[in-house]
Amino acid sequence: MRFDTIIIGGGLSGLVSAIECARAGRRTAIVSAGQSALHFWSGSFELLGKVGDKTVIENPLGQINQLDESHPYRVIGEERLRSLLSKVPDLLKDAGLKSSGSLSSNHLRLTPLGFMKPAWLTLDDYVYFEPGKPMPWKKVALVNIYSYIDFYPRFLAHGLQKKGVECKMASVNIPELDILRKSTTEMRATNMSRFLTDEAVDHLAAQINKVATGVDAVIMPAVLGIYSDAPVERLRKGVDVPVWFVPTTPASVPGVRCQLSLRDLFIRLGGEFMPGDTVVKGEFEKKRLKKIYTVNFGDMPLEAENFVISTGSFFGHGLIADMERIYEPALGLDLNVKGGRTEWYKKDFYASQPYMTYGVTTDSRFRPSRHGEIIENLYATGALLAGFNALKEGSGAGITLATALHAASDITGS
Amino acid sequence: MMTLQQQNISDNNFESCIKCTICTVYCPVTAVNPDYPGPKQAGPDGERYRLKKPFFYDEALKYCLNCKRCEVACPNDVRIGDIIQTARIKYAKHRPSLRDSMLADTDTVGTMASAFAPIVNYTLGLKPVKLLMDKVLGIDDQRTFPKYSSVKFETWFRKHAEAEQEKFSRHVAYFHGCYVNYNYPQLGMDFVKVFNAVGIGVRLLEKEKCCGVAKIANRCIKDATRDAEINLRSIREAVGNGCDVMLTSSTCCFTIRDEYSHVLKLDNKDVRDHISLATRELFRLVDEGKAKLVFRKDFHKRVAYHIPCHMDKLGWSVYSTSLLKMIPGLDFVRLDPHCCGIAGTYGFKKEYYDYSQAIGAPLFRQILDSNLDSVATDCETCKWQIEMSTGLPVENPISLIAQALDVEATIAANQK
Repeated sequence: MRFDTIIIGGGLSGLVSAIECARAGRRTAIVSAGQSALHFWSGSFELLGKVGDKTVIENPLGQINQLDESHPYRVIGEERLRSLLSKVPDLLKDAGLKSSGSLSSNHLRLTPLGFMKPAWLTLDDYVYFEPGKPMPWKKVALVNIYSYIDFYPRFLAHGLQKKGVECKMASVNIPELDILRKSTTEMRATNMSRFLTDEAVDHLAAQINKVATGVDAVIMPAVLGIYSDAPVERLRKGVDVPVWFVPTTPASVPGVRCQLSLRDLFIRLGGEFMPGDTVVKGEFEKKRLKKIYTVNFGDMPLEAENFVISTGSFFGHGLIADMERIYEPALGLDLNVKGGRTEWYKKDFYASQPYMTYGVTTDSRFRPSRHGEIIENLYATGALLAGFNALKEGSGAGITLATALHAASDITGS
Repeated sequence: MMTLQQQNISDNNFESCIKCTICTVYCPVTAVNPDYPGPKQAGPDGERYRLKKPFFYDEALKYCLNCKRCEVACPNDVRIGDIIQTARIKYAKHRPSLRDSMLADTDTVGTMASAFAPIVNYTLGLKPVKLLMDKVLGIDDQRTFPKYSSVKFETWFRKHAEAEQEKFSRHVAYFHGCYVNYNYPQLGMDFVKVFNAVGIGVRLLEKEKCCGVAKIANRCIKDATRDAEINLRSIREAVGNGCDVMLTSSTCCFTIRDEYSHVLKLDNKDVRDHISLATRELFRLVDEGKAKLVFRKDFHKRVAYHIPCHMDKLGWSVYSTSLLKMIPGLDFVRLDPHCCGIAGTYGFKKEYYDYSQAIGAPLFRQILDSNLDSVATDCETCKWQIEMSTGLPVENPISLIAQALDVEATIAANQK
């Protein structure tokens, strides 16, 4: 089967480059092995939150020259980064996701544990603050769903009170959720969101209004709106004060929503999404990847003019570590891994871990190499790439989006 | 050192579960029935307890549809559906009821019903009979039964088609399945028509039994294994004679390729790659330039393709949709991937009927809103469910190709 472009990996990076290719009129397919790390998403995209030990607020793109020369941001360069990333809010909007944020300054998102972390873009209904400005509220109600255990109001209260926001804690219940309590393990955000629709939302709003008196806003766990933002809008209409959300323990409601919205946009643009399949090998000819073989397609390989590999890092199985070696399992691409197992990590868990920076090495156009030779029609994007520590830098989403858009624009020639 | 790690992973790899709960997000049952503990809890989580003590087996595992959507979603390739089905077989205390055995035994019931088809079809449609089956057997009276055919596909084939098949130089073997044989021989005829038109002869297997999907679901494992062994013997013989085995049912195909080894623990490695779907083989022939399809100019239909869950697991819906898109007069509509809810015999049972319809509701809505002439799908039970719940005709892609095909022109194009 032949396509113009095949993307290996159906997470954020793969979806974004696939959407751009399909939009440019290319016949595009995604081969996706199981669901992606987007299911762990907080509702905010980070760009660059830290350089060394310094928290970055103003002009994050202006700080990239302090990063290593081989860092993907440096490879792309400040000006091009700005133009690529400025497309993201509209792309999300096309998928039905409204977001806020600016490339010229980070804002601070509220984490589930009550910390403030720098972020670039946040979904419209999720809590974030403008740094340096006074808190938007004097007093808030932290409203949990009765017996829901993946939301920690005390941590949130601790964080907010330090910023001078008075917090009131309460739990509410509606009969529509009783059904979920039959099984003690199923009181989860995504499960609740499937029952919190239509009239159930009105009942929830009425319960919230009873406890959220004398406050400027309600903050609650992200348990609504897995398939659309209609339940969220309905709740916001029904509650007397503004309602804001904080992400929960996975699976994450905004994460599933983002995954499905981007997938649907890709399909609407004519893309072919192939879920639950794994690439087992590639066939190369003269520095070009000609075909890929997958578990499901068996002896009928998939061919394309260009390929993008966005299979993630260790967590997404884009990289595999065994006792002896670290390798890229789909195509056998070259990595920047140095030394044996004992050099991959430091014993201090919180130290900057070498393995976090491991990944596929590429040329300046993000084309990876195999046996030392650049593959001319293959691009690597996202967490699979070498040369950054997304966790320490707070840069994962920015790199994922920027490299995906960079590869797509190289492929489509735009 | 790797050996130790490898030894710590069971056949069904439940140890690879990282408890991310993504499977539960995509479970169609959890969405409508919270009595079901969800695939993570029912599968890898529960397995740890069951290994300690069978006491921990939860009867609510019976609510699992075996749709395998959990496996398609799992980021760690855990065989969640297999774990659940195996646990039901191993630990469930109740023996299959009379009703379950009857629903599972498609060959016996099909043979009997075929013999008296007009009477059976008439009787099964009668309100008092339906009420009686509902009350006595627990088969929901709202469910419409598929009609039985008075002429079995095998009988038709031997009488009208078999003789001419040997004039072809290439052949495939056809595993028609119970539905084609007892209920809807037309699909089998369409398969023969299309493959013959592109110059390929069709043979039947030496002996074909039900693939076993219904017996596995109803825990009639001894019978399922016996049938599977007969099927594998016939498949081996066909493959030995140079014939790959084609199916027009995605569920039968999935069962023989994957459930035989994963659930019934039968070794089918030697023939697995020779068992394929008709649309996959037809696509391959067209794609490789080994077959040409010429379509009629007067065919026009607006058709939506529904991906059966087991087709999603096979990963092959793209073959069926690619073929449908080749038909010039076919206005192709894509449906959101969504379980129809019937899951074979599951949706016939009174205690599951409402869940079954609730699971399929969003799909039915989308179909009814799409202004269609018909729906295409590769699974017969999805067909029953969608026809009953939307009133629209549902056709196998092979039947649509057969209708749209200019047979004379196709034969001529393939003789060149």
